[in-house]
Amino acid sequence: MSDPAPKLVKLTKKDFESNQDVRWCPGCGDYAILATVQRTLAQLGVRRETTVFVSGIGCSSRFPYYMNTYGFHSIHGRAPAVATGLKVARPDLDVWVITGDGDGLSIGGNHLLHALRRNVELKIILFNNQIYGLTKGQYSPTSKVGTRSGSTPSGSIDHPVNPLQFALGAGATFVARCTDTDAKGLGVILERAHRHKGSALIEILQNCPVFNDGIWDQVKDEPAERQLQLADGKPLTYAGGTMGVRLGPNLQTELVKIGDGGVAADQLLVHHDRGSSAYAYLLAGMTHPDYPVPVGVLHVEDKPTYEAMAHQQIADARAKHGEGQIDELLHSGMTWEVGADGTRH
Amino acid sequence: MSKTQELDRVVIRFAGDSGDGMQLTGTEFTKAAAEAGNDISTFPDFPAEIRAPAGSLFGVSGFQLHFSSGEIHTPGDAPDVLVVMNPAALKTNIKDLVDGGVLIVNSGAFVEANLKKAGYTSSPLDDDSLAKYRVHAVDISHLTVTALDGSSLSTKEKGRSKNFFALGLVFWMYGRDLENEIRRIHQQFAKRPELGDANVTVFKAGYHFGETAEVFQTVYKVPAAKFAPGTYRNITGNEALAMGLVVGAHLAGKHVFYAGYPITPASSILHSLAKFKNYGVLTLQTEDEIAAMGAALGAAYGGAVAVTASSGPGIALKQEGIGLGVMTELPVVVINVQRGGPSTGLPTKTEQSDLFQALYGRNGESPVPVIAAKSPGDSFYAAIEAVKIATTYMVPVFLLSDGYIANGSEPWPLPDVSTMERFDIAHRTEPNGYYVYERDPETLARAWVIPGTPGLEHRIGGIEKDFLTGNISYEAVNHERQTKVRADKVARVAQSIGELDLRGETSGDALVIGWGGTFGALRQATEELRAQGRRVSHAHLRWLSPLEPGLEKIIGNFRHVMVAELNSGQLITVLRARFLIDIKGLNKVQGQPFMVREVVAALEALCETATTSKTAASAAAAHASQASPV
Ligand SMILES: Cc1ncc(C[n+]2csc(CCOP(=O)(O)OP(=O)(O)O)c2C)c(N)n1
Ligand code: SF4
Ligand SMILES: [Mg+2]
Repeated sequence: MSDPAPKLVKLTKKDFESNQDVRWCPGCGDYAILATVQRTLAQLGVRRETTVFVSGIGCSSRFPYYMNTYGFHSIHGRAPAVATGLKVARPDLDVWVITGDGDGLSIGGNHLLHALRRNVELKIILFNNQIYGLTKGQYSPTSKVGTRSGSTPSGSIDHPVNPLQFALGAGATFVARCTDTDAKGLGVILERAHRHKGSALIEILQNCPVFNDGIWDQVKDEPAERQLQLADGKPLTYAGGTMGVRLGPNLQTELVKIGDGGVAADQLLVHHDRGSSAYAYLLAGMTHPDYPVPVGVLHVEDKPTYEAMAHQQIADARAKHGEGQIDELLHSGMTWEVGADGTRH
Repeated sequence: MSKTQELDRVVIRFAGDSGDGMQLTGTEFTKAAAEAGNDISTFPDFPAEIRAPAGSLFGVSGFQLHFSSGEIHTPGDAPDVLVVMNPAALKTNIKDLVDGGVLIVNSGAFVEANLKKAGYTSSPLDDDSLAKYRVHAVDISHLTVTALDGSSLSTKEKGRSKNFFALGLVFWMYGRDLENEIRRIHQQFAKRPELGDANVTVFKAGYHFGETAEVFQTVYKVPAAKFAPGTYRNITGNEALAMGLVVGAHLAGKHVFYAGYPITPASSILHSLAKFKNYGVLTLQTEDEIAAMGAALGAAYGGAVAVTASSGPGIALKQEGIGLGVMTELPVVVINVQRGGPSTGLPTKTEQSDLFQALYGRNGESPVPVIAAKSPGDSFYAAIEAVKIATTYMVPVFLLSDGYIANGSEPWPLPDVSTMERFDIAHRTEPNGYYVYERDPETLARAWVIPGTPGLEHRIGGIEKDFLTGNISYEAVNHERQTKVRADKVARVAQSIGELDLRGETSGDALVIGWGGTFGALRQATEELRAQGRRVSHAHLRWLSPLEPGLEKIIGNFRHVMVAELNSGQLITVLRARFLIDIKGLNKVQGQPFMVREVVAALEALCETATTSKTAASAAAAHASQASPV
């Protein structure tokens, strides 16, 4: 199964496009994401045959059909489980998971939690359009309170889940966020996620022009004011460097003016993507419209992966007991012989 | 001096509190019987509560062992010997003891509080309510503590050894070898040698009590049974399943990937497999059964021999995933160790009520092959066959076991794996002319192409696909075509399955049809009736879907057909619909296996019944022209 790579031809974005018609609505944010993923994989020089996209159900989960790689469009919410089985059985593969806010955080919340907790090396891309697209526009677990939808004509009343805080709480070892149309930013994140040895959760703020149009517009249209670009080792600033983020006395994030009449630059929080998960949790808690939304890599840490440890246990057992022989297996425990006379000896 | 009496067979049951160690006592006595060369069959029967309140009726745990000098198929209908450790155990078990049977009672536990908990107003040991049994009241509690006089153990810990006193007593009764048992006790308690020492002391005390107290006038001897030559071990159904999976994967040239979520009575499959790491077995304890099914599918897509096991409620959770396996045509073995249902039902009791769930429990038309294991040892072969069919036909296969054979044990002749037929799997690597749903003309299986293979990148999924290219297709005729081919593929499994397991002639007065764990009782009943000259045959179905072709050939040849199953009538519904004949049902839904005598009585009654107009034989002619070819 792991033949040496055939002669390394440089693949292009086109090589990652399958021959299937893409069936998303015109203007759907998913198109831009697809293009960026295809282009980035080509740039990273990954091999098509060792790349697998696993998805659940939803508009976003149709993604694997459009990738000229291996792909598995599974059932609603269960992609992290399917992908876990695949990656544990075949650690040689690059396994990506495509999920939506409903798929990943509602019906599949449990599996997402455990895939991240186990640190299975899955690169999970969560398309957050704050709506159930495929079932025609019901509110989702990431919809803001008051969201009017087919199922909530008077406005939704339940509190949304914050995908990145959820991931951090689950112990995710790579957490990042990007907008659907920021090809450059997403490319960088995908590249870093690909290199990361562990589970990665990437939230993409995705527009659904049909059922939740413009939900991220404010964040996307005024990136300078409404986004907080994270750069390792750099202070948290936005609005062209005129505003920054400081840690308040009660560990709350405070937005402050920098310089004249404001605070000195050295009072600002400095971003370290290998900072504490508590810090990353604070960052993830900065949500629109109260805060500029952090984009980029929020958190990275190193932990052994589940599949590496699982295979290590097998290697250890073989080193200790030798490669299992079927005869020994059958003979384990108490055995006895019955002779030709039919009685026990 | 006691005299020795020779017996052919004995059924003994140990009953006590869940915390009294009755399962251990039973298991140890079983080992001694196996050592002495008897044929054996066991039936552990315990409550779902781990340590139910002491002395309560619902907390009683039992272990029944049938050992014999001749071949036996079941743990026995009724105990000849009953050992009870407290009043609750007496209350719940005495009705089963045969008249004149031996009753050994721990009289020390018959104190007021325990009698009250068991609902006795006065001690049954003091009146004549037990007069029809040979009662031996022994103050086991007291004798145990006395034997441990001077030991540093606490009084509570000392009391815990009392099951070993009972064990010692029955060792003496049946002339079992002390030394091996003493060695086993020391081994088992190697981590707490002081407990090992105490248990050995008490075990010997029990044995010597039997010898010196002369309470028992007779010592019994059950001579060794005759077995076919070979190497034997004792095996439970779940152990046999685990080994069968490993061997099945070995014969396929692969390794097992097992995902599961703990549930009674399936958990011990995971426990066994998790120990087989040096055989390359990967085990994954998932967050739930849905994830286990999903992970199995993912592993199957990656090329592993993928397996998941659960019981009723967990299987319900897997069904959507099984449907995905049907659609994507991936090989997964799904084991259902059935228990009493619905819902949580009777977690530790046996039942065969998930046949419909296996056959029909998914949305859409979603057929899968269904195989059932018939005994603890047979579970090994059923597992191998399930792996073979799943990987040959690219389809999820349901393997049905049940609580009775999962926990029950029997002596098992070790197979010679080197002579078993291999079914090595070769994954397609040729890119030219590949279509996802192109099928093998014989099996109708699609090619198992796995990620990592250059030039064969493809996508699979739960949406309906074109019958050839595997591209998404909502086309009307294509869907019907794919639906049919998925069904045809399962029907074709019939070409790969063995002969119908039939005891008796292919025609006669009555045919009893069974499946799964009822095999022993049905076969035993059939043998008994045949020995009396009755024209009775027994067909035991290994495959429930597709049905074994051999059944069709004979089902019309009997005056009466009866389906015996531990449910309200599931296989019978399938067979009536399939063969359009009248079939009688013998059904039991009590969480307990059939007793041989129940089956004998039902078959006797049936044989006495005149043939009615719509019974098998008369419908046979009509049926012959109607039945569709398998
Ligand atoms: C078991 C099950 N329940 C419900 C559905 C219906 N369903 C399909 S997609 C979906 C929600 C998808 O929302 P999301 O994950 O946010 O994806 P999007 O379409 O927005 O990309 C639902 C409820 C289903 N396919 N399966
Ligand atoms: S419904 Fe929304 S999310 Fe789905 S394809 Fe259309 S635009 Fe995209
Ligand atoms: Mg959505």
